[in-house]
Amino acid sequence: MTLSSPPTPEPPTPEPPTGAAPEAEARSALLLRVGRDRDRNAFALLFGHYAPRLKAFMRKMGADDAVAEDLMQEAMLTVWRRADSFDPQKASAGTWIYTIARNLRIDRIRRERRPELDPDDPALIPALVSEAPPPADERLHRERVDDRVRAALKDLPPEQAAVVALSFYEDAPHADIAARLGVPLGTVKSRLRLAMKRVRESLGDCLS
Amino acid sequence: MSAAFHPSDDLLASYAAGSLDEATGLLIASHLTLCPACRDTVDRAEVVGGALLDSLVPDDTAMAPVSADALARVLSRLDDPLPVPHRAPPPSAPQAQAGAAAEGLPAPLRQYLGGGLDTVRWTRLARGLEQSLVVDSGRVRARLYRIAPGVTIPDHTHHGSELTLVLHGGFSDLNGHYGRGDVASADSTVSHRPSADPDGPCICLAVTDAPLRLNGWVGRLISPFLNL
Repeated sequence: MTLSSPPTPEPPTPEPPTGAAPEAEARSALLLRVGRDRDRNAFALLFGHYAPRLKAFMRKMGADDAVAEDLMQEAMLTVWRRADSFDPQKASAGTWIYTIARNLRIDRIRRERRPELDPDDPALIPALVSEAPPPADERLHRERVDDRVRAALKDLPPEQAAVVALSFYEDAPHADIAARLGVPLGTVKSRLRLAMKRVRESLGDCLS
Repeated sequence: MSAAFHPSDDLLASYAAGSLDEATGLLIASHLTLCPACRDTVDRAEVVGGALLDSLVPDDTAMAPVSADALARVLSRLDDPLPVPHRAPPPSAPQAQAGAAAEGLPAPLRQYLGGGLDTVRWTRLARGLEQSLVVDSGRVRARLYRIAPGVTIPDHTHHGSELTLVLHGGFSDLNGHYGRGDVASADSTVSHRPSADPDGPCICLAVTDAPLRLNGWVGRLISPFLNL
């Protein structure tokens, strides 16, 4: 949001979020409108899509219903407050919101700090490739990346899919996953590596 | 110069998933600062997280329906003043003179130390070997080590696993030479005798998830005092 932008007209009352789910590209566009224009209507549409998912995500982590509801509302508030830092060339709306939910979960449920890199760190070693912005027709290619990853995840062998789901949804350390699946620790690690390899192959040069 | 030895993909994926303990997370975040290739891998793994969030099905969401007034409650809070952060903001990076940044500590580590290397209180372990505890998350600990030029750490194997990130200088073991940004991984199958480079001290961040067992006779002698 730029403070110098002209005041936007009062948005119409947000529609109830029961309509058709906005497509991935539309969701990133909505998030951009939230960041740029403080568009409450766009926020309500995003809420309709993400609120149930965020609450389920928190529940899977073991939060009870009331805590999951609180954390979901907190996550959506954070989406509103930080939307001006959303960059559709770096991530899709789904990926960006996922990282907010993940960090909130570590902070509130595990009560730990999450060590994060600082993009402005003078010690940061930049990527060798130039970071020129992609051409205009590539602007929404992050959503295509998401589509390919989602397709690759659907095609994972069930034993790899299980390890991925336990890692990402339930925040389970490798040792816990091994105990729950009744397999050795090394098997958990190799399944996760194989799954990541498949994801990477499905993307080809899409992300590099 | 970019790193030549990297953490395994399962560690990078777990960092993206948020399922690492704090000590290991600190080592990974510090490595990411120094390694664009692993930053890419973590980006991809975060896409996996986003895709999984998006693909939660009605069965998942029906188990815990969103309360009827949730949207109204969130909308009513949009203009609330920002909450005061419950943690003090991390100390800002030292305004290093040009050139110092290239050898500076990664920001995630500086945040834990509350500053740069000059803030570290070292404890002497043995001749030429000092340590400082950075994160103690129960069974898993992150420590800084300072190894004097040319010193070889006693032969040891590991009960659990050990990850070592080189921050300054370098060392060599059976697998090769490790320089700034490189991550050495060791587990219980490895017995090694890392040797610090002769031309200067080597500073590493090491994460261990179980006590080390020193093999050599010197190692057995000093091992009770090391609390490694």
